[in-house]
Amino acid sequence: MIALLLRDLRLATRAGGGFGLGLVFFLIVVVLVPFGVGPETEILSKIAAGILWVAALLAALLSLDRIFALDFEDGALTLIATAPIPLEAVGLAKAIAHWLTTGLALTVAAPVLGVLLQLPSGAYGFVALTLLLGTPALSMIGTFGAALTVGIRRGGLLLSLLVLPLYIPTLIFGAEAVRRGAQGLDATTPLLMLGGITAGAFAMLPFATAAVLRINLR
Amino acid sequence: MSLWEYANPKKFMGWTGPILPWAFGAAGVCLVTGLIWGFFFTPDDYRQGSTVKIIYLHVPAALMAINAWIMMLVASLIWLIRRHHVSALAAKAAAPVGITMTLIALMTGAIWGQPMWGTYWAWDPRLTSFLILFLFYLGYMALWAAIDDPDTAADLTSVLCMVGSVFALLSRYAVNFWNQGLHQGASLSLDKEENVADVFFFPLLVAIAGFVLLFFALVLLRTRTEIRSRRVRALQLREGRR
Repeated sequence: MIALLLRDLRLATRAGGGFGLGLVFFLIVVVLVPFGVGPETEILSKIAAGILWVAALLAALLSLDRIFALDFEDGALTLIATAPIPLEAVGLAKAIAHWLTTGLALTVAAPVLGVLLQLPSGAYGFVALTLLLGTPALSMIGTFGAALTVGIRRGGLLLSLLVLPLYIPTLIFGAEAVRRGAQGLDATTPLLMLGGITAGAFAMLPFATAAVLRINLR
Repeated sequence: MSLWEYANPKKFMGWTGPILPWAFGAAGVCLVTGLIWGFFFTPDDYRQGSTVKIIYLHVPAALMAINAWIMMLVASLIWLIRRHHVSALAAKAAAPVGITMTLIALMTGAIWGQPMWGTYWAWDPRLTSFLILFLFYLGYMALWAAIDDPDTAADLTSVLCMVGSVFALLSRYAVNFWNQGLHQGASLSLDKEENVADVFFFPLLVAIAGFVLLFFALVLLRTRTEIRSRRVRALQLREGRR
């Protein structure tokens, strides 16, 4: 499992792996928003947390179809499936690798980009914290979606259609926690819910991922 | 003789054929009675005026939108556990009916909301969860449409339906937490003393029965169509091989 994880990390970081593309996309979305809504400081600082969350979600979505598609095309996925490691663990390793290459980077970058959006000073910590708690769930859900659509030609669009509704609870609790935290309200409940979603996703979705992978490799 | 024998496609075609006209007939009678009774023979509400009458479309459609998803979930589970093809096809057949019910509920709600709340749309928990349910239906149907092999499609959509149900439920509670609602609470519950006044209640029950029967009949009809098209496909494959 660790070998698989390291292999995925190496593939992602070397040339053509697409590491960093998600980050650049995140940056571009954040830069585009002020052009869309106007440069007024009050409006921007009000919507900054939500924009950061939505942009992070879209950036995570962007790299999902690489999780299984390339391995599926060159046959590596079949080899991995016949290797003496349960497919559940494969799904888990893939999700962790995806999180390390996108979610973690987004978490680090988000407070920096918050400056561009006039994020209120109290919200920086909350943005980083909620993204740290929430992006693993995004990766895990996305891995399930990627496994679901791996056998479909040009499944990228379908993948986003399937995965985005599944992202809704994570987004709601993440953005809500930041909003409450920024206003100085008690943000414990949404933070706990966010952590719960992540924990639940990692507890259950590897099994669903393995199940759909088996169907797709049949 | 067990219940599962009816899941044999041939038997299924056999018993649904004669039932179908009766189901459509009963649905038509209930709908016509319920709606005409509701629209023309009930008083106007003292606050909402005649707009209250949209309840006879809105409530049954919303009810069936959720029940259709639950039916798809049950059918998906039966397919995954017992591998009855009719079950998978019934789940496939229910999705377009369910999404239509969702749309009817959203539309009638918007039409009622304009005079009553002064807006067609508000980010109210109930409205939002219905919009999310609509998105889930879209994804489910898109996945069915994208996969060529029928068995793979049935398997994958079943898993999606199960995972989607969990997340749909989660979204329901998440949006509750996220925003306060304009929408009134449940007006029909079995365990409550006070429901809608009887004058509105009985025609509403008839309309609900009509929607349930209509859903039943439409799903049967669509399942029969799916079985037939599956047979055509099998015949074509056999011809092509020769």
